[in-house]
Amino acid sequence: MSIMAEPSAEGRFGEFGGRFVPETLVPACQELEAAFREAWADPLFRAELHQLLKQYAGRPSIITECHNLGRKLGIRLILKREDLNHTGSHKINNVLGQALLAKRMGKTRLVAETGAGQHGVASATAAALLGMSCKVYMGAVDVERQALNVFRMKLLGAEVEAVHSGSRTLKDAVNEAMRDWVATVGETYYCLGSVMGPHPYPWMVREFHRVIGDEASAQCRELLGGSDPDFIVACVGGGSNAMGIFSGFVDTDARLIGVEPAGGAAVGRGMPGVVHGMRSYLMQDEYGQVQEAHSISAGLDYPGVGPEHSYLASIGRAEYPTVTDAEVIDAFQLMARSEGIIPALECAHAMAWIAREAPSMQGKVVLMNLSGRGDKDVAQMMEILG
Amino acid sequence: MTFGRMETEFRAKRDAGRKLLVPYITGGLAGWQQAIRAAADAGADAIEIGIPFSDPVMDGPIIQEASQRALESGVTPVSIFEEARELEVGIPLAVMCYYNTVHHAGHERFAYQLLSAGISAAIVPDLPLEESGPWCIAADAAGIETVMLAAPTAPDERLPRVAARARGFVYSVGLLGVTGERASLAASATALARRLKAITDVPVLVGVGVSNAEQARQACTVADGVIQGASVVRRLMDGGPEAVGDYVAEVRAAIQH
Repeated sequence: MSIMAEPSAEGRFGEFGGRFVPETLVPACQELEAAFREAWADPLFRAELHQLLKQYAGRPSIITECHNLGRKLGIRLILKREDLNHTGSHKINNVLGQALLAKRMGKTRLVAETGAGQHGVASATAAALLGMSCKVYMGAVDVERQALNVFRMKLLGAEVEAVHSGSRTLKDAVNEAMRDWVATVGETYYCLGSVMGPHPYPWMVREFHRVIGDEASAQCRELLGGSDPDFIVACVGGGSNAMGIFSGFVDTDARLIGVEPAGGAAVGRGMPGVVHGMRSYLMQDEYGQVQEAHSISAGLDYPGVGPEHSYLASIGRAEYPTVTDAEVIDAFQLMARSEGIIPALECAHAMAWIAREAPSMQGKVVLMNLSGRGDKDVAQMMEILG
Repeated sequence: MTFGRMETEFRAKRDAGRKLLVPYITGGLAGWQQAIRAAADAGADAIEIGIPFSDPVMDGPIIQEASQRALESGVTPVSIFEEARELEVGIPLAVMCYYNTVHHAGHERFAYQLLSAGISAAIVPDLPLEESGPWCIAADAAGIETVMLAAPTAPDERLPRVAARARGFVYSVGLLGVTGERASLAASATALARRLKAITDVPVLVGVGVSNAEQARQACTVADGVIQGASVVRRLMDGGPEAVGDYVAEVRAAIQH
């Protein structure tokens, strides 16, 4: 059996996960779990999703070997190009799956939270395509630093609400989306953007992103004459792109590396806690108040992490190192100049770790999930680099 | 089964024809102890003390604001427990806290902290029945009554299981949504209270969206009592402890007519 199998009946991965939600939402979570199980076992649903991923999102995404960077760093570096998907990131895989499921469940309205705006844009896109209304909650800080994505969401017909409570970032956007869901649970589908939240979300979102790892596994074997990469590297906020690519390699000998921002290191600096419906590693103070994350990247500015990551960390199957904002800024430019690819700031975290650790990986094959493109970050980088 | 202090008192009062009134007050908010004394003097049957949390997903703007203010003034669960011990108001005290506060302290330790602060009961709004086992074991052992929430979305088969696990009272959630004041009492408030009354002998109190004396009166035509949250906290923030006392007296008069 795979290390990344189905969670227990209670939605647990080891001691992590579960369903810690207000009583009002318990029946909704149960209904969602049943609907997902049924849809995921239905060849017609799978075929419909496959068609959408192929003809709308542009899958399969290619892999690209980075010869210039590889030479410079002394490794073989391969990128999984999720940045080339429609809407510019891996988020579309999950959103198309959930939006189809929502439609099948007879829901007419999507709510979503977003950090960098990539999940919000993907949700707005799916809602436009499938004829649903869409409301996106986004921290006021993120609305400011990701203005381009806010406008994209509005162009797509979504309503964007800036959240002014708490740290005014992703964590607070999740709170507000949950409050909306509690009040509108009859007609609303909560389209959660990462492998987090109450059961069945962490499992369901991972399954919708499994396509990344499945494709990459086959593509790498073709490129590498039947063998697997030595390292699989992805950035981790909630952790959906990492889960997607890890799922294709968890049962190989490859080392799995989830790179967290130094200012939002849930696994690295947190301890088990419960927020947003799940038990997982969480940055918190001595009384269990959730601490604010601080990262250059809005998409990783989150004090928690998906519960299956906590599980993989607890059994030692995956590692979760951190990189600093300064290392990320360097890596962002390094990739742009060496390969002609502008990565999202989130993925620049993975690149930063690879660049830093390359001396200890000489001659190894490193697969990095390039989960999104950096267009959205250009204005912010223009300010930072002056 | 022997009942805890709160349930014993609530059952006795209910059986004597009294409607139960439980004001919610955010612990650590300026004037909170005086507000509790004023509420007790004005006819409250128990007090629900809110333990401020960084991420209160079941709370609307007023209680969020109150929690934020209290946290910014440096309040912690431990400081609230220490101050609660001095209250001695003669009616039972309950805490409303999010589960991470309990989880982080540890179940046994948290139950012991409540016990030594003279607090009878706990309401944990993000700890549903399926996840409540470990906490309930610790709470039962310490004699802390765990109030369970019942929601309008619950199917019929679920309500008896929720009620069976409830100690103190069943918190009948008045509407689909978070805490806060509404213009009128939702139809779901009396509908759910009626469903609960039909299946349990545990006192049934309606909370969330019971916003004034008239709405409390309406809820009490079916339920055994009400919890008043945002409407009380707003008065404490705007008018101070005295305004809380006046309001509790007004609601008391309305529900007892």
